Amino acid sequence: MRVLRALAVVLLCLCCSTVQAAEKELNVGFIYVSPIGDAGWSYAHDQGRKGLDGMAGVKTSYVEAVAEGPDSERVMQNMARKGYDLIFATSFGYMDPMLKVAKQFPDAKFMHCSGFKMADNMGNYFGRMYQARYLSGMVAGGMTKSKTIGYVAAFPIPEVIRGINAFALGVQAVNPEATVRVVWTKTWYDPATEKEAAKSLLDVGADVIAQHQDSPGPQEAAQEKGVYSIGYNSDMSAFAPKAHLTAPVWNWAPFYKNVVEQVQKGTWKAESVWPGMETGIVDLAPFGAMVPKELQDKVMAAKADIIAGNNKIFVGPVKDQKGEIKIAEGVVAPDADLLGMTWFVQGVVGTTE
Amino acid sequence: MELAIIVPLLAAAVQSGTPILYATLGEIFTEKSGVLNLGVEGVMIIGALTAFVVALTTGNPVLAFVAAGLAGTLASAIHGVVCLWFKGNQVVSGLALAILGTGLADYLGTGYVGQTAPGFSPVALPVLSGIPILGPIFFNHDPLVYLTYLIPPLMWLLLMRTRPGLCLRAAGEYPAAATAAGLDVDGHRWWGILMGGFFMGLGGAYLSLAYTHLWTNNLTGGRGWIAVALVIFAFWRPGRAVFGAYLFGGIMALQLRLQASGTQLPSSLLLMLPYALTVIVLVLSSWRRGMSEAPAALGVNVEPAD
Repeated sequence: MRVLRALAVVLLCLCCSTVQAAEKELNVGFIYVSPIGDAGWSYAHDQGRKGLDGMAGVKTSYVEAVAEGPDSERVMQNMARKGYDLIFATSFGYMDPMLKVAKQFPDAKFMHCSGFKMADNMGNYFGRMYQARYLSGMVAGGMTKSKTIGYVAAFPIPEVIRGINAFALGVQAVNPEATVRVVWTKTWYDPATEKEAAKSLLDVGADVIAQHQDSPGPQEAAQEKGVYSIGYNSDMSAFAPKAHLTAPVWNWAPFYKNVVEQVQKGTWKAESVWPGMETGIVDLAPFGAMVPKELQDKVMAAKADIIAGNNKIFVGPVKDQKGEIKIAEGVVAPDADLLGMTWFVQGVVGTTE
Repeated sequence: MELAIIVPLLAAAVQSGTPILYATLGEIFTEKSGVLNLGVEGVMIIGALTAFVVALTTGNPVLAFVAAGLAGTLASAIHGVVCLWFKGNQVVSGLALAILGTGLADYLGTGYVGQTAPGFSPVALPVLSGIPILGPIFFNHDPLVYLTYLIPPLMWLLLMRTRPGLCLRAAGEYPAAATAAGLDVDGHRWWGILMGGFFMGLGGAYLSLAYTHLWTNNLTGGRGWIAVALVIFAFWRPGRAVFGAYLFGGIMALQLRLQASGTQLPSSLLLMLPYALTVIVLVLSSWRRGMSEAPAALGVNVEPAD
């Protein structure tokens, strides 16, 4: 009798779950490392999530300000347990926790941003931000008078170093003598420290401040000093309307839509993808009114070149700080080299240590 | 190095030292009454959030600054309730307050991240800012910096030259004798905790009203803990606190400027400087313990007599 009853319960459960599955919407979860109001990294991802809102049969939700490490593992586990079908984790430090959770929940699909580890149900993705950084470098190079550009940077990891190098190559494309000075803050989001770092660059004569930081602190410093700035992540002009020239920005919505569609159709595979400007995942924010028309045209022409695939940016000859050739004449640096970049190009002042 | 580099560096030292100075003065005041409040970090960040929210909603930075002080008083009152009413352990209560404050501010402040509030901007003082070298270093800041030039001497006068100050110190040095002399020890400790909390709140407000005009999680970034260490460095003297706060502010500003000037030293090493200095300072000050003026009954609760 007891066996029968147990069987009945199991059957009932099975029925319920299949009925549910037939009607079920696709539940998509997002995990952000900072609050979404930060006008930076997480804000850009959340704009991408909002892009999914209109899609039929898709329900999204997010958890913000999740610390990397054990906390994030708990959040992901919770989402998977609640039956989320697709989970996006948008910070590098979520990689190992996600890998662990992905193995525990083989039915859910996992997507990790900016990492390199994969599983059967876990892929990773990023965008070629360095292309937009190159263009913003051209703008900075065209606007500087002191030929010194300051760059407030977070951590000396390949992603940031690659961005600085692309930026410097963009600067040199219009202003060969200009140098890019780098200050590391060792923080992603600390407005006070980042503003102070920008000020230290202003004190050594920088008249354009660029940043690989998520807070608008450096923008404030530039505006107060009456010089120019280049934002990051999203259009930061609201924080420094008189200083903000443009910003390399993320536009995740088309990419997220594409992934969701693949999952809906059942064509999704665990892959490592690194799309560029041609897909619109990275772009340049609108120019400030102080950027002259000729410079704008020049930058837009370069953008068209990048989209058409004619300008790969890291094309030899590229020399490092010591003047040694790192990318030989005519060679396009392979993706593996870009992903592991640990040296600065010539014209960058600073150290990668 | 030349003047063109040193003067902005020292000006930056004053500015980045100011929030630490407010908090250090607050902690000195509290500790003088015999209460150790390790919750500075939490009290500061509650002050920072309050200042930001009030500035954003009322558009009045002065009101926001005062409100931050009051919020600091309110937050440290928790410490008072635990330590003075319930005679709880001061170290544990302080640590709990630091964690509570940080968490509470994160939780309540999430909706405010990414907004810009009105605050204080630099105002060059007439005449004084014209003095060569000293002018740009000390007299070309926002009003909240100028305020810190007045507080240390006033606090010194209050503590060392007035009767209420003497009573407060008595509560911190020898509570039994103070009680025998008819003083309300816990009453004076309350006043030490609440006034101290007020200054810690102001230190937080400096970060969200003047240093930046933004709010973010963890805006204080450990400055409250540096303040706790600085109290020891300052030998519990308001005047030395000024020196200590500017020294720390200077080291923070210096490491960024060294990087900007293109040094080949690894940035990780430079970023360690303020913390390495904390350790060195603590070692040195315990070595010269004779000069220290640590309140004798610091951290010791006064049990009810009967």
